[in-house]
Amino acid sequence: MSVLIILILVSLAVAIGFLVAFIWSVRAGQYEDDYTPSVRMLFDDKVSSKSEINPEQSDKNH
Amino acid sequence: MSKQPTCYHCGESCEEEIITFDDKPFCCNGCQTVYEILNQNDLCDYYRLEQMPGISPKVAKQGRFAYLDHAEIQDQLLDFKDESISKISLYIPQIHCSSCLWLLENLFKLQPNIKQSRVNFLKKEVSITFSNQELSLRGVVELITSLGYEPEINLDRTTMTQKKSISRRLVYQVGLAGFAFGNIMLLSLPEYFGLDLESFDTFSSWFGHLNLIIATPVAFYSGWDYFKSATVSLRKKRLNIDVPIALGILVLYTRSAYEVVSQTGAGYFDSLCGLLFFLLIGKIFQEKTYHRLSFERDFRSYFPISVTKLTEYGEESIPVNTIQKGDRILIHNGELIPVDAILIKGDGRIDNSFATGESKPIKKNSGDRIYAGGKQQGEAIEIEALKPLSQSKLTSLWNDQFTQEEDFTHFSKITDQISQWFTPIILFVAIASGLYQLQFGISEVVKVVSAVLIVACPCALALAAPFTFGHASRWLGRKNCYLRTSNVVENLADIDHIVFDKTGTLTYSKDQSVVYHGKSLNTAQELSIKTIFRQSNHPLSRIIYNFLPNGDFPILNTFKEIPGKGLAANLDGNLYQLGSPNWLNTELKNNNETTVVVAINKEIIGYFTIQNDYRKGLRSLINKLSMQFKLSILSGDNDNQKSALANFFPPESELLFNQTPQDKMDVVERIQSNGIKVMMVGDGLNDAGALKKSDVGVSLAEDVNAFSPACDMILAAEQFSLLDHFMKFAKDCKRIVIISFIISFIYNIVGLTLAVQGLLSPVAAAILMPVSSISVVGFSTLATWIASRKIG
Repeated sequence: MSVLIILILVSLAVAIGFLVAFIWSVRAGQYEDDYTPSVRMLFDDKVSSKSEINPEQSDKNH
Repeated sequence: MSKQPTCYHCGESCEEEIITFDDKPFCCNGCQTVYEILNQNDLCDYYRLEQMPGISPKVAKQGRFAYLDHAEIQDQLLDFKDESISKISLYIPQIHCSSCLWLLENLFKLQPNIKQSRVNFLKKEVSITFSNQELSLRGVVELITSLGYEPEINLDRTTMTQKKSISRRLVYQVGLAGFAFGNIMLLSLPEYFGLDLESFDTFSSWFGHLNLIIATPVAFYSGWDYFKSATVSLRKKRLNIDVPIALGILVLYTRSAYEVVSQTGAGYFDSLCGLLFFLLIGKIFQEKTYHRLSFERDFRSYFPISVTKLTEYGEESIPVNTIQKGDRILIHNGELIPVDAILIKGDGRIDNSFATGESKPIKKNSGDRIYAGGKQQGEAIEIEALKPLSQSKLTSLWNDQFTQEEDFTHFSKITDQISQWFTPIILFVAIASGLYQLQFGISEVVKVVSAVLIVACPCALALAAPFTFGHASRWLGRKNCYLRTSNVVENLADIDHIVFDKTGTLTYSKDQSVVYHGKSLNTAQELSIKTIFRQSNHPLSRIIYNFLPNGDFPILNTFKEIPGKGLAANLDGNLYQLGSPNWLNTELKNNNETTVVVAINKEIIGYFTIQNDYRKGLRSLINKLSMQFKLSILSGDNDNQKSALANFFPPESELLFNQTPQDKMDVVERIQSNGIKVMMVGDGLNDAGALKKSDVGVSLAEDVNAFSPACDMILAAEQFSLLDHFMKFAKDCKRIVIISFIISFIYNIVGLTLAVQGLLSPVAAAILMPVSSISVVGFSTLATWIASRKIG
C-alpha cells in the first residue's frame, strides 16, 4: 500500500505545480489584457528594409 | 451624386480640398503628413491591416506639451525612471482597431530611442519604454500626437488607480481555495465511499494531516478578508454580515483540526475550502458588476451645465464638456471654474473651499494659473482653458464634497437597519440549533452550526441596495437627471415635503419680457448697468443682461453681490446699486411683476420689471406632486406673485417671500425638526445653504453654470415637468430593494430550515449562497429597467 503514498505525493506535487503556474500567470499580468495578444500575434514581423531592427525591442516582459 | 473621394488615411470624405500624394487622396495636410512619415519609415502595413484606420491629427500648437519638461510633472507621470530608461503609460482614447495597435507597437521604427511600446487594447493604454538621455517625455508625447494619437494626460493619478478591476489578491485567494478544494476532496475519497479506514489507520491519520496542511493557508489566506472585516465591525461594537461567515470558517477549521490531531475523525476541510471557493467566486462576480457600474458612472455621466464662451462674435453658451483647450471663458461671480486655466482678465478672487476646504479667497492676477474646482468671488473674470474638461475630476469633486465612500463597506440605510438585527438572529438560531443537536454528538453540532452560519449569510441583502440604486442612478442619468451618489435614490424615495425656489425654478430664467421704467438711460449708463449685471449669475441678472443692448464694456472699480439683495459696483466714480426695492428703500406701486431697482449714487433712477413666465407643465406637475407631498415656496423676491402662485399651489401650501439665503436655510431646518424629509429645488447658487441643509438638494440647470457641489441632484431644466415621474421611480426602486430583501429572506428561510435539521451540508450551503446572490442581482437589474421605462 505504500505505493499509494508515493502516488499521492506525486499527484500533490503536480497540483502544486499548477497552482504555482497559475499564480505566476496572474503575476505576469496575463489576465490584465485578454484581447491584445490575440491581435498582436497576427502581425507579420516583416524585416524592415530601411530601418535597422533594434535588438532591444524583442519581447522584454514586464 | 458623384462619389466623394475618401481620405486614404482617416476615411473621411474630402469635402473641402483633396490633396493627392503618392496617387492617394487625403483630406488635409495632417493626414498626408502622417502618411508621409509612415511611408518613409516603411510602416505602410498600417493601411494594410485595416481600411483607412487613421485619425486626422489636430493641428497642434507649438509648445503645448512644454509642461512635460518639468521634472515634477514627469515624476508624477512616469511609472519608472533610472539613469537611462523611463517608462510611461499613456491613455489614448483614439485606439480603435488593430492598425492602431500595430502602429503604436512599432513606434521604435520611427524613433529608435523608443525601446518598447505595448498596447493594452481594452484599457486603451500604451506603455512606452524609452531612453531618457536621447529622448524626452515631451518628445514621446509629441511623436504620438503627430500621428494622430493624442494621449489624454491626467495629472490626477489618484483617480486612475481606482479604475483597477479585480484585485490580484482576490484572484490568488480564489486560486488557492480552488486548488485546496479539489485536492482535499481527492484525499477524502476513502471517507466519501465509506471505506473502512479502521484497517488502514495510518492512512486515515496521514490523509487527515495532509488535509490540515493544505487547508490551513486557505482558511487564513483566502478567508483573511472575512476575519478582518468581522474584527473591524466587532471593534466598533456592531455586527456586520461578515461576522457569521468568519465565525463559520473558524468553527469549521478549529473543529476539523481538533478531530485530525486527536484522531477522532476526518474533519470538514473539504467543506471549508469549498465554502471559501464559492464565497470568493461570488465576491469576484460582485466586484466585476459593480466596477462596470461605477465605471460607467464616472465616464458616461456628464453634467448638463454650460459655460459662457467668448468668441469673436460675442458670448456664446456652450455645454461644459465641449470646452477645448484655448477657449476663452467668462466666469461670473460665484461660478465654478470648470477646467484648469490661466486668468486673462479681471480681478480673480478664488475660493477653493470645494477643493481644499479653505474658503478664504485667494487673490489671482492675470497670467496666474487657476485650477478647476475653485469658485470666483467678485467680478466676472475671463480665463483661457489650459486643457479640455476632465469629467472624472468634476465628478470626484462633487462626490468628495461629503466624502461619502460608495463601495461595499458603505451600505445604504435600509441595509444597515436590517443587518443590525439580522446578524444577532442568525447567531441566536445557530446557537439554539447547536444546543439542540448536542444530543446527537459534537460532530453534528459543528456541521449544523456551520451550515446555519453559512446559509444565512446575507450577501444577497448586501447586494440588493447598491445594485438597484446603482442602476437607478444610471437610468436617471439618461434622462438628464444626475445624482451625486447612487444612495441619493434612497433619500429621494423618503421625501415628504418639497420646497421650491421661485425665480429660475418655477419661472423660466430666459426669454422673459423685460421692461424698463423711469428716467431714460444714456448709452454709457446702459452699458455700465449691463456690465454690472454681467458679473452676476443670478437668474434676474442674466435676464436683464440679455435684454440690454451690446457694446464695449467699461471697467468696474469695485463689485459686490449681496445675496438676496442686489449688486453694488463703483464705476467712473459713480456708485451703482441694482437690486430689490426693499434693499433700496423704495415702495413701488407696480405689483404684478418682479422688479429690479436702479440707483445711481443713492438716487433712484428707474426700475426694470420682469414678467414672470411660469414653466410649461407647472400646473399639472404641482397637481400631481400635491397629492403625495406637502409643498412650499421659498422666494427671495417680494410677494407680488403670491396670488398668482396660490392658483397653482394647493391652499395648505406655505408660500414665503422676501427670504434671505439664511432664512431659507432656517425654514428647511424648521421643517426637518419634525422628522420630515425635505427636498429643496433651487437654482443652485443663491440657495446653496438650503440645498445643503435639505435631505435632497436639487439644482435646476439651465443655460447658466449653476453647478453647486452643495446639491445632491442636478436636473436639466427641460426635464423639470418630469419631476413627479422621477420621484415615483425612486419610490419604485426602494420597493424593488425591499422585494429583493424578501427574495433573499426566502432563500435564507428555506436554507435555514434544512440546515437546522442537519439536512444541509456546509458545501451545499456554500453553493446555495452565490445562487441567491445572482438571482437577487438579476431581479434588481431587470426590475429597475422595467421601472425606468415608466419614467417616460
